[in-house]
Amino acid sequence: MNQILLSIIKKEFWHILRDPQTLIIILIMPIIMLFLFGYAITLEMRDINTVIIDHSKTPQSRQLIEKIRSTNFFNITGFDTPESQIEDVFFQRKARCVLVIPPDFASDLQTEMRTKIQLIIDASDPNAANFINNYFAQLSMRYNYENNPQLTMPFSIEPRIFYNPDLKSDYFFVPGLIAVLILLISALLTSIAIVREKEIGTMEQILVSPVHPVQIIVGKVIPYTILGFIDSILILMVGHLWFGVPVIGSVILLLFALIIYILTGLSFGLMISTITNSQQMAMMAALLSTILPTIMLSGFIFPVESMPLIFQYLSKIVPATHFLEIIRGIMLKGNTLLDLKVQLSYLIGLAGLLILVSVRKFSTKLE
Amino acid sequence: MNNNGYAVSVENLSRLFGTFKAVDNVSFKVEPGEIFGFLGANGAGKTTTIRMLCGLLLPTSGKATVAGYDVYKDTEAIKRNIGYMAQRFSLYEDLTVKENIEFYGGVYGLNRKRIKTKTAELLDYLKLWEHADKLTASLPLGWKQRMALSTALLHDPDLIFLDEPTSGVDPESRRNFWMLIYELSAQGKTIFVTTHFMDEAEYCHRLSIMRDGKIVELDKPQLLKQKYKATTMQDVFMKVVQKVEV
Repeated sequence: MNQILLSIIKKEFWHILRDPQTLIIILIMPIIMLFLFGYAITLEMRDINTVIIDHSKTPQSRQLIEKIRSTNFFNITGFDTPESQIEDVFFQRKARCVLVIPPDFASDLQTEMRTKIQLIIDASDPNAANFINNYFAQLSMRYNYENNPQLTMPFSIEPRIFYNPDLKSDYFFVPGLIAVLILLISALLTSIAIVREKEIGTMEQILVSPVHPVQIIVGKVIPYTILGFIDSILILMVGHLWFGVPVIGSVILLLFALIIYILTGLSFGLMISTITNSQQMAMMAALLSTILPTIMLSGFIFPVESMPLIFQYLSKIVPATHFLEIIRGIMLKGNTLLDLKVQLSYLIGLAGLLILVSVRKFSTKLE
Repeated sequence: MNNNGYAVSVENLSRLFGTFKAVDNVSFKVEPGEIFGFLGANGAGKTTTIRMLCGLLLPTSGKATVAGYDVYKDTEAIKRNIGYMAQRFSLYEDLTVKENIEFYGGVYGLNRKRIKTKTAELLDYLKLWEHADKLTASLPLGWKQRMALSTALLHDPDLIFLDEPTSGVDPESRRNFWMLIYELSAQGKTIFVTTHFMDEAEYCHRLSIMRDGKIVELDKPQLLKQKYKATTMQDVFMKVVQKVEV
């Protein structure tokens, strides 16, 4: 193997090992973030604070309230608040919804075809309001069914949920987080690697030696690929063992895809480092250009299909969009290489292009 | 390669940064085995000239050959044949003395065995054995400079560029450093050194004085002192600078 390249790789490893603080941050930070996202962010709602105003006060209304109380979706925080104070309840955030049972609830149930109950929802968070609405709809359906078993619906939808039958948001977030964190870390690592040498002046000494730009760049990419790979295996292990996210597809394919994705991030960082002159600039550029598009445009949280058309096109450029399809595909659906060939080829192509640009842009002259 | 017999040959070399003439139409020749001094205040154009000769900067105009190679076309060949020590200490502070030497040995394509013997030779020569495994950052500046010089010599270049090698170093270390330079010169190596210490200027075989990008004097220190009827180089330098200003 190339002697010069080997020396550069060895030196880069020395740098990494001599700076244990940075190494620990690189290895620990993603795991902390994974726990934060895994626990703090969930798309489900539980313990929704609810106020119930029962004007009926009959066995029937109490049965309904019992039904509400027995689920873990609702948490009844108040009873029979005067109707004039409903706004105060929302203003002071004592509850997100108020259920009003009318006085003639019990008698209507026996005589009328339809009985109306009022549900007032605080929709300052529309997503939550939607959840509350759906939960109550299900609840009332079950109540009706239990009290009138002879009542038949013309048709009903029986959903069968594939790939994540319990609809766990961990299954959604853990692969997504791997996509965000790996790109961020790999871009950061290399963007600093070259600029630091420019800043402390060691690059000058290297440039007067007969080293080719390809050797410098490849020599920097290889050690950080290994570091990024160790990092992603750590995140995967935590995701799999702690959060129980399955890996249905091939682990080998997943690792292969990870290496490709790490290379994409590293080569992006390299490109940043060849055009910036200070570590701070490089760091800011790497942070902004990886985190924002990855979180906003990749489908990490917000589905790409519901974005305006122009953003949908933009999302196709973002490497994380393709990697998310790959990693969710492999982990949750058991996709094979054949299913993912388009996404993988895009990432390989992008990494190749970025390395090419970095080598071309890398100047062996001082300016 | 152009074998004109000179270690360095420069004709009408200029370098512009925007409209600023950092080096303005400079010409000189350096004989093999010479200690050639470059004297001048900060910003006189010394570093820019050295960088052009080492292939770190492209000249704007003019001709120059280094070790017989053209500075426009043959920078790769130049880099293999020269040693360079930057003004700023540019070895890795977070690597040990030995690791730095090994790294640069590898970068210059020395094989493992050669790196090993060369490392031992240099550590002997610099009397740095007991510090070989210490981080470079922990060494005093004078030793760092000697270390930087020794790594610049790893591939046995015949021509060595030193850009203010002794700035910020105490007088005794400076003297030791110049003893090394004399040894190298005795081995037949050409030394091209910039400085702003006048006492060091006296040690050079020949001396050029730069001001505002131009070479205003070039001769042996002894002859310069006679010409300006001065006893020290300090006087010569002051007179040269004043003469130009008038």
